Formats: sequence, structure tokens, C-alpha cells
Amino acid sequence: MSGDSILLDYGSGGMASQRLIQECFFRHFENPILARMDDAARLEMRSPLAMSTDSYTVTPLFFPGGSIGTLAVHGTVNDVAMLGARPRYMSCAFIIEEGLPMDTLERVVADMGQCAREAGILIVTGDTKVVPKGACDKLFITTTGIGELIIPDGPSGHKAHPGDAILISGSMGDHGLTIMAQREELTFDTAIRSDSAPLNHMIEALMCKLTSVHVLRDPTRGGLATTLNEIAHQSDVVIEIEEEHIPVHDAVKNTCSFLGLDPLYLANEGKCLCIVPEQEAEAALHIMRATPQGHEAVRIGTVLAAEGKTKAGQVILKTPIGGKRLLGMLEGDQLPRIC
Amino acid sequence: MDIDAALKNPALCPPLLKRLKQTLDGRPLRFMEVCGTHTVSIFRSGLRSLLPSNITHLSGPGCPVCVTHDAEVAAFLDLAQRENLIIATFGDLLRVPGPNGTSLKHAQSQGAHISIVYSPLDALTIAANNPKNDVVFLGVGFETTAPTIAATLMAARQQQLDNFSVLAFHKLVPPALQALLTEQEQYIDAFLLPGHVSTIIGLAPYSFLPEHYHVPGIVAGFEAADILLALCLMAESIRDKKPVLHNAYERAVSSDGNPKAREIMAQVFETTNALWRGLGEIPQSGLRIRKEWENMDAITRFDLTLSNIPTRTACRCGDVLKGRISPADCPLFGKKCTPAAPVGPCMVSTEGSCAAYFKYAG
Repeated sequence: MSGDSILLDYGSGGMASQRLIQECFFRHFENPILARMDDAARLEMRSPLAMSTDSYTVTPLFFPGGSIGTLAVHGTVNDVAMLGARPRYMSCAFIIEEGLPMDTLERVVADMGQCAREAGILIVTGDTKVVPKGACDKLFITTTGIGELIIPDGPSGHKAHPGDAILISGSMGDHGLTIMAQREELTFDTAIRSDSAPLNHMIEALMCKLTSVHVLRDPTRGGLATTLNEIAHQSDVVIEIEEEHIPVHDAVKNTCSFLGLDPLYLANEGKCLCIVPEQEAEAALHIMRATPQGHEAVRIGTVLAAEGKTKAGQVILKTPIGGKRLLGMLEGDQLPRIC
Repeated sequence: MDIDAALKNPALCPPLLKRLKQTLDGRPLRFMEVCGTHTVSIFRSGLRSLLPSNITHLSGPGCPVCVTHDAEVAAFLDLAQRENLIIATFGDLLRVPGPNGTSLKHAQSQGAHISIVYSPLDALTIAANNPKNDVVFLGVGFETTAPTIAATLMAARQQQLDNFSVLAFHKLVPPALQALLTEQEQYIDAFLLPGHVSTIIGLAPYSFLPEHYHVPGIVAGFEAADILLALCLMAESIRDKKPVLHNAYERAVSSDGNPKAREIMAQVFETTNALWRGLGEIPQSGLRIRKEWENMDAITRFDLTLSNIPTRTACRCGDVLKGRISPADCPLFGKKCTPAAPVGPCMVSTEGSCAAYFKYAG
């Protein structure tokens, strides 16, 4: 179907829609449940389940390290996995702007197919709508994922306990800075790439091999700082982290310093924050480091109880020179500075 | 290892802190930094939590967004409403609220064409790609950015980009420092002078600090160790009652500054009185485009006028910028005024004093 562009007909439900479904979606998402072409997908699952949905609207559609397609799969797979679940099935809904080149759509769908295979999740149902030019920006994708909890009482943002170790699976800020650089057409010599990646295999290993995992979260929008604040509030604890131990690639650090941005507030799409009892910390790091997504895993801090000057809900950053400051929530977008 | 990396070594700080405490020997030191990057560095590095309690840290008028006057924002908004006009601007001006509370971000949501650029030269590309539109670059900043804007105007003339102009509201640091020191009661013991601005102007324009006001001024870099060293030099200067002007940032700042950049700046700009947020009109503290470049001056080209409108709310940005009050003393701070919904510009830029206090001090 290459060479064409998407016309309003393709969303009409008629022959054009059928062709798009057969020649593009089925080809890349191939699996027996989808191939049945019933009104809904019939799923075999054990309960309890974890379910998550997200819409993806990124500009540009393709960027170093990924695309809207990789995000649409990884984002939802990772959200489901963060409950300590094994993601199994996914739905996807496309809203396509009339005139989008077919090649572009096909590249996105191919990315989704590839990512789904890597994550071991089946895309079992979907929907396509084509809207008139200007009614959306090129392509919006909504995916919903469903998975089985590996243990019945899995991790949650409410379960951070004083004394727990805080681990992070890798470097911070790569995805957020990549998108900002692409969107604003910043040309840097340095290679900054999105970290878009599936975390479910690493999570499954953690859940199966450790006796206890208290919190799993992927620090996406708002970055590490925002995620830590959410956990500190949910669990009613103080979180203390050491700036020196937080991995940030040099290219990200230098570009952020030039633009006046803070990498701890930039989005990540393939990183996981893991809070475990102190005695599990070393084992957890070992498991994470054995996976491609976690080879830079490190411990960055400790969960504390509020006492003295500290209040529950606070995130405290210890700086390399031994000072301390609050690490607050992100307020509004980060904007590059003037000088 | 290069020198900047070496200066990040945390081991440099404890001996400097010890030297500072010994030199001060309990004496108070109220120092003001006049660069937003210093403000952020003092907070971000955690230095503020380590300073002895007899040191008072004041943040001065050192962030270009913070000192942008209501009347100037009104002029941006006026331009944003014009037909067939694209505004090119640095990102942090977008959220600065104008006299009626609206900002360029609001104007953008109403259909104004606003492009964020990272270099004024990017604005020339926009002008070249949009020959049927006027492209206006919002020239805000201190001596650091002015030479680049001047060079951009020269490039525009060379490329015959007749649709390009600049709305120039550049401000100069030394006259603002002088204005602070002529306040009735002297409350600043020493200045931490801006590293970036000084790369252009050098040391001479600050000579009035020790000579007329007996206040030491130290030009410093941005690492915690740079700032601590500058504080030691201030403390020693005060202890010895010998106010000095000193360049402690020799790796970047030549004492003569950058004469070539100043020459380019002087070809395009001349000094003029300027309106500063909170400080009012300060004589000869701004730059305007010279008559020879009038066709690229957005003020004449679009017939813009500036009026000295009084600040409309309880916002105390003025007192914050003068270092008279701490941001937390403003009745709006953290309540009606937050980085997400800023009332005053000090809460807008990441380098604004209010935004820095909000983010790092809680």
C-alpha cells in the first residue's frame, strides 16, 4: 500500500478500511486472536488483572531511539508491568489525519508490531478513524493493556516503608530531552536518544526472584522528581536521594546545563524506579543489571520516616558538596532560559 | 580533566567553608548575587543549606525575564495581535504576565504566531522562510545577549531580510547596581558579580562599587567552589576594610571583557533610560537601536509606545529584586503566585528568585 496517503474513505468501514486493516495492521500485528476478526477479542486470563490506558500524541512522530509506535506499546506495557503484572493483551485505536502518507502509518505500525513481539504482548483488537485535515495532528494512538498480577498483593505507590532502598534502572532525562531537541529543531553534536523500551521482562524477573517488592513506578512525564514526590505523598514518608548517585548521561547533563533544564524533571520511557526492603536491595540490583534495560541500575537513596524538620511527603536531595535541598514537583512545562 | 570538571570536585568546598567562617568570625555578611544562574547554583548545589547563619543571601535584579517591565510585556502583546506577524522569542518570555494578567502564552492560544528560538539567528531563518510575514525578535537580556542581537541585525541587513526587526529592551547591569546602592539605607555588604555579563563588559564598569560606595564586588564562576571562594574574598575584603573589585573567574572573564563584542554592540545600540520591573526608570540603563538601523527597530516600524504603568497587584517583585524582602515574604508567594500560574515575572523564569525559592526552598 506504499505510495498512497490516507483518505477519509479508509475510516469509513467499507472496502478501503478492510484493505488498510488487512494489508497494514494484520500484517504487522499478526496473531490468531486478531485474525478471527470478531467484534471483540476473546481472552483467556487468570485473575487478578492489571489494566492501563494511555493516549500518545508526540511530535515529531519519529525521533532518535523510537517513534509514536514504540511509545504506544512501551508506555502501556510498562504501566501494566509496574503493578507487578505480566502484560498479555493490548488494544489500539488510531485517529489519523486525512492525508497522512501511508508509508508513515506503516512505519509506525511496524514499530508497534516489533515492540509487541519483543514485549511478548498480543495486539488483539483495534479501531481506526480518519478525520479531516486539521482535526488532529497527523496521528494519535490510544492503547489499553491488560495483564496478570504475578503475585496477588503486588507493588503499589502506597507501600514505601521507612528503611527501604530506592533503586533506579538507568539514566534519567534521555527521552524528554530527545523530544525537546527534535521539537525545537535544536541541533547538537551530541548523540541524545530516547530510552523507549519495554520493562516487563525485567519486572517479571524482579517479581519472581525477590521475596518482596514494595513500589515499582516508571518515571515518565514530570521525571524522577515528580514520581518520587507522588510516592512520598502516597506512602506518607520522606524520601532522601543522593544527587551524585543518580545516573545522567554526560550529553544530557551538558545540554540541560546549557538550556537551564533539570534532567530530574524530564520524561523517561524505559526506566523504572524500584523500592524494596533494604535486605533485598543487592539482589534487586543484580537482577536489574542482568537485563539490557537495567544494566545501569543503581541505588539512589532511602525511604525515611518524617522526624525533626522533615515532613511526610518531602523529597530531599543530598548534593555532592553535602548540602540538602527539597526536590519539589514540576510546576508547568520547563522552558529553556534566555542567557 | 578540564578545569571546569576539576572545580566540581566536592572536596574543594569544606576548606573554603572553614576559611569563610574563620574570616567572618561571627560578623554578618549580606551579599547579593546579580545573576540568575548564580541564584540557581546557590540553591541547586545545596550551598545555601551549608552557609553559616550570619550570612544573608539576597537575590538581585539578575534575571532578564524578572526585570521585564509591565509596559514592555504590553508591547509584546500589542505586537502579538498584529496581522501577518510572527514573534520569535526565547522560551521563558512566554509566560510573563502583562498588565491585565495575560501573557504571550494566552496570545498564542488565541492564534498569535509565536515561535520559540534558541538563538536570534534562528529568527532570521524564520524570516527567510516567511517572506510575506513580518518577523519580530523580542530582544530581552543583559550585556551578554545584546552583542548577538546586534550581530543578528547586521546579518539581516546583509541578507536583505526586509521583513525582520527587533523589539529591543536590553538592560545594563552596572546602572542597576548603582540604583540599588543609592537607596536611603545601604543594606548590601558585597556583590557577587555576574560571570556571563562580565565576559563582555570586563571589570571597569563596576569600579564605582569600591570607589564610591566602599562595597566589594567579586566576579565569580558558577560552581559551588567558585561561589564559596568569592564569599571568602568578600569576607576578607570587609575584615580588612579594603573594598576590592576582583576577578575570580579568570578562566572565562578577561578583565577587559570582550572589546570586539562591545564594538558590535555599539554599532547597533546606544544607551537610553530604561524601565525596570520593580525598580522603575533608571537613567542610561538600557539599550535602544540607533537611528541608522531604524528600519529594523520594531518600536518605530510598528509605532509602539511604552508607558510607565504601575504594577497592578500585591506582587512585590520590586522589593524582591532589590533584595529588600525574601520571596517568601511576598503575600502572593506560593499562594496566588506559583510557577504554574505566575503573577510576577520573578516566578516565571527558572532563574527568577521567586521560582528558585519556590522550587528549592519549599
